[in-house]
Amino acid sequence: MRYYSKIKENVMFSFLLCFIFLFCFTLSQGWSLELTGAGATFPQPVLEAWAYQYYKETGIKINYQGIGSGGGIRQAKSRTVDFGASDKPLKSSELREYNLAQFPEIIGAVVITYNLPLHNKTLRLDGRAICDIYLGKIKNWNNPYLKKLNPDINLPDLPIIVVHRSEGSGTTWLFTTYLSKVCSEWKNKIGAEKSVNWPVGIGAKGNPGVTNYVKQTLGAIGYVEYTYAMENHLPIAILKNRSGNFVKPSVKTMKAAAFYAKWSIKKDFYADLTYQPGRDSYPITGASYILLIKDNPKTKEVTKFFKWAFENGDEIAKKLHYIPLPKNLKYLIYKYWKIQKVYPY
Amino acid sequence: MFQKSPYIETFTRYFLGFWAVFTGFIFPLIIFLILFYESRLAIQKFGFLQFLTSTSWDPVRESFGALPMIAGTLISTFIAIIIAAPISIGIAIFITELAPSWLKGFVITCVELLAAIPSIIYGMWGFLILAEVMRNKVEPFLQTVLGPIPLIGKLFSGVPTGVDVLTTSLVLSIMIIPFMASVVKDAFNLVPSVMKESAYGLGATKWEVIKDVVIPYTASGIAGGLILSTGRALGETMAVAFLAGNVPQIPKSLLEPFTTITVALANQFTEADTPLYLSSLFYLSLFLFIISFIILILAKLMVLRLEKRWKK
Repeated sequence: MRYYSKIKENVMFSFLLCFIFLFCFTLSQGWSLELTGAGATFPQPVLEAWAYQYYKETGIKINYQGIGSGGGIRQAKSRTVDFGASDKPLKSSELREYNLAQFPEIIGAVVITYNLPLHNKTLRLDGRAICDIYLGKIKNWNNPYLKKLNPDINLPDLPIIVVHRSEGSGTTWLFTTYLSKVCSEWKNKIGAEKSVNWPVGIGAKGNPGVTNYVKQTLGAIGYVEYTYAMENHLPIAILKNRSGNFVKPSVKTMKAAAFYAKWSIKKDFYADLTYQPGRDSYPITGASYILLIKDNPKTKEVTKFFKWAFENGDEIAKKLHYIPLPKNLKYLIYKYWKIQKVYPY
Repeated sequence: MFQKSPYIETFTRYFLGFWAVFTGFIFPLIIFLILFYESRLAIQKFGFLQFLTSTSWDPVRESFGALPMIAGTLISTFIAIIIAAPISIGIAIFITELAPSWLKGFVITCVELLAAIPSIIYGMWGFLILAEVMRNKVEPFLQTVLGPIPLIGKLFSGVPTGVDVLTTSLVLSIMIIPFMASVVKDAFNLVPSVMKESAYGLGATKWEVIKDVVIPYTASGIAGGLILSTGRALGETMAVAFLAGNVPQIPKSLLEPFTTITVALANQFTEADTPLYLSSLFYLSLFLFIISFIILILAKLMVLRLEKRWKK
């Protein structure tokens, strides 16, 4: 009899524990707020770093899934996430149709990397050269036009092996947008999109795929994200900008490009940072965008997070080789939030 | 008392019957219908013939055609099977007829382990190591040796890049060898020893026994192995995505990059943001569904015919 009562006691106790546990769990669920976002892979590292710091400071969790810009746009339209992210901005008409708002959150760039025995000298290219290489018109590194651009380099007699991204990507969109701007033949024949009908070259998967292939192959040329190139210490070509200067991608030159871009609230920040005027502007610069869902009650929490990131996140972004937005643009974004009635306070 | 209940028996029969019919018939049918429904936009826009015969895949202008992908899928699968078939038959002959018994188990395990390697590993190995060897050594060698021969030389023209039809087919063939070899081996084991012994008794050599008794007797088994591996090679995505070079064009030489249906799907699904683009990708997968269906039916018919011929 005593034995049974002891079991009974134990059972009662464990039930009690379960209830307490469940109660605490639901309570914590109720208190802590979670935001989910999905989209481009390009801003994923910086968004995650911001989210981690934000969670430590406020207890609000932000889950970001880097599923690609197309997926981010689709999920924002179908309301399965609290915010989307895209490397390619949406047109105002499309935003209005789906009751969305958008703003840029970070700036990045695409760089040209190559594999040539140049002995610590840096390759110089301009829009026409890149365009002709990617169109298949310049087939060899000792082409006279390339030689003219690089008078101090002894370019070898090597076939150019062109490498591009195999999957749809915001990086490709930025690169082809640049090419369409500097080269009318590219614009008419190929155009700018996240994946295009490449006239020459081979496709490699992701930034790592392009990098690896270029690293292995003598005479290869490819384009990758700036952050990726910096972390892997790849050779980066110097590009001629609109003002005729040869510039290296860096914080300074990308900021210069962002400074000259025509940001406008009316156009929902639909802007193009490629091939901007300015002495220092790096020509293949681009912004990554956040899509806000205007009818989602959590949207003000999303803007709160980004306001926090704009105020406190610049150092984190720089450490990861991203370029934070210029100050005037941040104020413009706050103004835009107020107009769209999604300002956090 | 439990086993004798008639309800259990009927219940089990219907339950298992339901699952058999569901997975074997209704499930594929639902997939087909969903693919058909999702690709309706592309079907309206391009129709059947235009989509099948158009060679342009241009997301910017939204003109989509499936021919380069279909050609790439069929060509790489075909070459992979041509490479893999003799090797796997050789492995099976070695295991069943030639190998001493202590070596048999070892070789079988080794070949089966090959099948356990995930395809992404094959892809990475192919991309990081094999592609480099192919580009620097094998392909230039093939070009100098076979290049001057008329017709065949054409197959090896172009700049060797390492990521092309040849490398892809080679890796695909390594991936399908274990499947083919183990099916063929099982078929060889089924040859009645009476037949082999009587052939030996008539004074046949080992080679004659293999050539005239074992292989004709197991023709349907070999065909079965071929089918199984065709299915695998057709649907292989990850390894091919690394090695194909991913250019939607019909390859004119073995050293040109190409793409397959599954690779095009895997690469472009996440970023397809216009309805027509997405729908065209679904249409493409519908084509793959139909192609694998047709190939499997043809192969099944081939096996049946071979079996019939043997029974006569």
